[in-house]
Amino acid sequence: MSRNRRALPGFGLSFGVTMSYVGFIVLIPMFSLTLQAVDVGFGGFWRTVTDPRILASCKVSLQCSLAAALINSVFGTMLAWVLVRYRFPGRRLIDSLVELPFALPTAVAGIALTALTVDKGWIGGPLATLGLRVAYTRLGIVVALVFITLPFVVRAVQPVLEQLPKDYEEAGRLLGAKPGRIFLRVILPEIKLALLTGFSLAFARGLGEYGSVIFIAGNKPYQTETAPLMIVTRLEEFLYGEATALAVALLAVSFIMMFFINRLQIRAAAFAGER
Amino acid sequence: MSAATTGSKAVFEAAALEATSLAAGGPAATVLKTPAAPLFSRPRPNRPAYMDEGRLLRRGLIAASFLFVFVAIILPLAAVLSRAFGHGWGPFWAAATDLFTVRALKLTLLTTVSAVAANTLFGLAAAWALTRFNFRGQGLLITLIDLPFAVSPVIAGLIFILTFGRLGWLHPLLTAWDVKIVFATPGLVLATIFVTLPFVARELIPVLAARGADEEQAAALMGAGFFRVFFEVTLPHIRWALLYSVILCAARAMGEFGAVSVVSGHLRGKTITLPLHIEILYNEHKITEPFAVAAILVFSSLLILLARNIVETVAKKERYLDVR
Repeated sequence: MSRNRRALPGFGLSFGVTMSYVGFIVLIPMFSLTLQAVDVGFGGFWRTVTDPRILASCKVSLQCSLAAALINSVFGTMLAWVLVRYRFPGRRLIDSLVELPFALPTAVAGIALTALTVDKGWIGGPLATLGLRVAYTRLGIVVALVFITLPFVVRAVQPVLEQLPKDYEEAGRLLGAKPGRIFLRVILPEIKLALLTGFSLAFARGLGEYGSVIFIAGNKPYQTETAPLMIVTRLEEFLYGEATALAVALLAVSFIMMFFINRLQIRAAAFAGER
Repeated sequence: MSAATTGSKAVFEAAALEATSLAAGGPAATVLKTPAAPLFSRPRPNRPAYMDEGRLLRRGLIAASFLFVFVAIILPLAAVLSRAFGHGWGPFWAAATDLFTVRALKLTLLTTVSAVAANTLFGLAAAWALTRFNFRGQGLLITLIDLPFAVSPVIAGLIFILTFGRLGWLHPLLTAWDVKIVFATPGLVLATIFVTLPFVARELIPVLAARGADEEQAAALMGAGFFRVFFEVTLPHIRWALLYSVILCAARAMGEFGAVSVVSGHLRGKTITLPLHIEILYNEHKITEPFAVAAILVFSSLLILLARNIVETVAKKERYLDVR
């Protein structure tokens, strides 16, 4: 097989281009980060990540991305369900608009959501009379992250719902189960892996998000300062060591998430193969 | 009775046929799709509902979806446009044709085009190498290609500062050659390339893997060289996937903020792209200007989304989607 495949031309060229490109764009810069991290050492790393202000920023980032990923799991599943199961005028439009957060620059999303949720904004105004403030609070960060990560869950769940064999549902229905029970006991287990994948992708993206968040967060230390913002702040103070230490911590969380997502996708493939 | 039996039998046979075709195409496609699948695969044509959840619930869910999309997506867009055009066409035009805006626009175009071109060439090379040959470390290579998706944009900027910045280990080399990367256009391009690196490769790898190499092997056996095989046999089959991924890559490159912000140094008129220009204007408490610049980007994203949909429709017509 392998010898047979080598019958094709172009291995040297494509392999060479690929390896040098990945080397220059990914490996060398990531190596620099490792170099700097070794320079910082474990003591420096520990001092940085236990600094109260940095710790607070990590907490804000974790809390807000978790909240946003949970909210999107609910609404994303709902949107995927509606888009797959129902035919109604405007379906194509919703299907396209769901993708917009991926196409829209994050800075635009940031100022748009801020303009909407400040005390004089279309949504912020009515909410302010109720005593609820969105812009310049953690709630604002959650709103921005919900917007930015909206497509992940929808696009993860949608294809699985489309390929769901109908016999399971039919069996449930013939056995007399109510729709809610069919959804919880038959459909939810089937889309569980896809939902988890979408959730993890949304969470990981939210953790690193910077562009949209800095506009709506207000960036008050200990309250609405996120971990990515903290990296930028330290960089601007030329504290490269602290910026690197925090980056390493953030990367560790992202890599764990990515590993988890990878395992989920492998399990989902095995799951689909069993059917 | 007998008519009813044959009728239901026909229905059953049709269902069984559908089930077998699903079994033939479904899992195989999923297995191929899953480990190296693009993260955001297009939805396929759908089937009707089988679960009877009642008309009321159905309508309620549809209404809730409309409401959610209206509040979460339409209203923010409307807010940008109303601020951009709230004082009429004049202030918008003045902001959009301002010298710094035009320079930022040019720089954004330059970085976007360079990054997309570089990542397209890379994506083609990587997909060809990974799907047409077996070599050790393929899994590791795919992981490295995926890596930028897992890295916060801010960290993407940081690693280039640590490499080429004043304290970076390659900085002496750059001074010797008299090259500027950080706080200059090359840095912006590099950071954008890093952030958008997976887009084209990730879309093409599953498509090429699913096609198999038979046609290309036939062409090669008949004596065609690499470029002939690639341009005349492979490219026609993957052009829609390629175009689709280029569009998505361009959208992301155009809007990149975090990575570009870190390596830019914020030299006005020199290293400011449109998204960074929005931030500067916004922090100067300008009323119309940031939203006018944002409106330009809103129109660009809507155009990109439209292009994406057109490509998808044409691709479906040419049955490209069946290949996947």
